[in-house]
Amino acid sequence: MTPIPIQQATRRRKALRAWFDPRGRGLGFIAFALQRITGLGLVLYLLLHMAVLTTLLQGESAWDQFVAFAKSPIMLLFDLLLIAGILIHGLNGLRVSIVGLGFGVKQHKTFFWIMMLLSALLFVYAGWLLFAH
Amino acid sequence: MSNNGRPGPKTPVTLKILRYKPGSIDPPRYDTFQVDADPLMTVLDALEEIRATEDPTLAYRHSCHHASCGTCAMKVNGKDVLSCVTKVLDQKSDVIVVEPLGTMPLVADLVVDMGDFARRYEPAGLSFVRESEYLTEAQTPEGVERYTRFESCIECGICLSACPVANTNASFIGPAGLAAWYRSLQKGDGERADILAAVDSDCGVWGCHGAMECTEACPSQVQPGDLIMYLRREVVKSKLPWAH
Repeated sequence: MTPIPIQQATRRRKALRAWFDPRGRGLGFIAFALQRITGLGLVLYLLLHMAVLTTLLQGESAWDQFVAFAKSPIMLLFDLLLIAGILIHGLNGLRVSIVGLGFGVKQHKTFFWIMMLLSALLFVYAGWLLFAH
Repeated sequence: MSNNGRPGPKTPVTLKILRYKPGSIDPPRYDTFQVDADPLMTVLDALEEIRATEDPTLAYRHSCHHASCGTCAMKVNGKDVLSCVTKVLDQKSDVIVVEPLGTMPLVADLVVDMGDFARRYEPAGLSFVRESEYLTEAQTPEGVERYTRFESCIECGICLSACPVANTNASFIGPAGLAAWYRSLQKGDGERADILAAVDSDCGVWGCHGAMECTEACPSQVQPGDLIMYLRREVVKSKLPWAH
C-alpha cells in the first residue's frame, strides 16, 4: 500500500472551533471559552476607549457632549456589560492563577462556581450603583 | 442494516461518520450508516460491522478491544473517547456523529497521525516499553504475584485532542507529555533542574490555560491537567530562593 502523504492529508481544526465548540466538553472548557470571550471583549473595549479619548483633541465642548451621551441609559447598559466582562475575566483569571500554581486543583470546578457567584453579586451591586445613583 | 449476531432486542441507530481519503474523498464529508444496536454494542463494534458488511474502505485504528492499548480513540458526539468501551445506546441519540481525534493531522477517515503525539510525548523519556521489564531483577519476589505498573498512560492521544491549547499550538508539549515529565520528576529520572528547564516555557507548563479537559477526558485516570499544575508549582518553587 502506498503511504498516504501526511502533509497533503493534514487538516488542522480551526482555532475558533477548538476554542468555542462546546460539544462533549465540561465545565473547565466553558470557563476557558468564557475567559477568551471576555478577554477579546475587553481588548475591543480598550481600543474603543482609546478611540473615544481622541475626542479630547476636538476641544472641551466635544468632550462634554460625549460625556453627556455616555450617561444615557443605553450607554449605561454597555457599562454594565463591561463590568460583567471585567468581573468574569478578573475573578476567573484569579482562579486560574491560583489553580495554576497547584493549589485547589481538585476543587477547580467548585472554585469556578464560587467566583461566578461572587461575580454575580458584584454585578448586581454595580448595577444598583449605576442606575440608582 | 447489520446484524451482530448477539441475541436480544435491537435498536436502529444511525452513525454519521467523517470520511476522508486523500485524493478521492477530499474535502472530507460525512457518510451515514445504519446499525442494529444491542445494549452491549460499542462504537468500535458498530464500525467493525459497517466495515465488514457495508464499506470495506472505512479506515479506523483498533487493537485490544478492552481499553488497554489506546489505539481506538476517536470523537463520539464531540467527546473524545475510547470507542471500544463506548456503548452505542449509551449515547441516547438516534444519530451518533463519529469523527477522528482533533489536534493531530488527519490521515484517512478516523485515522490520525499519532506521530504528532509521540513527538510531544517522547522527549520526557518515558519509554513505551521499559528495558527494566526484561531484566532478571524485575522478576517478582516470593509472595508478590505481580508488580503494579505505576504509569497509567496508554498513549491514546485523547488528552491532546481534548486540549483546546494543543489544538491551536503545534509546539505545545501537551497534557500527556507534561504529565510524563512530572512522572520523570517523581521517579528521579535525570537531573531535577534539567527536567524543570525542559518544561519552563510557553510550549511547556506555561502554555497550559487550565481548561482541565485533559483530566476530564483521560480514560486512564492519569489526570494530566492536575499533574501540569503540580509541575508548575515545582517550576515556581525552583525559582524562589527561600523554597530550596
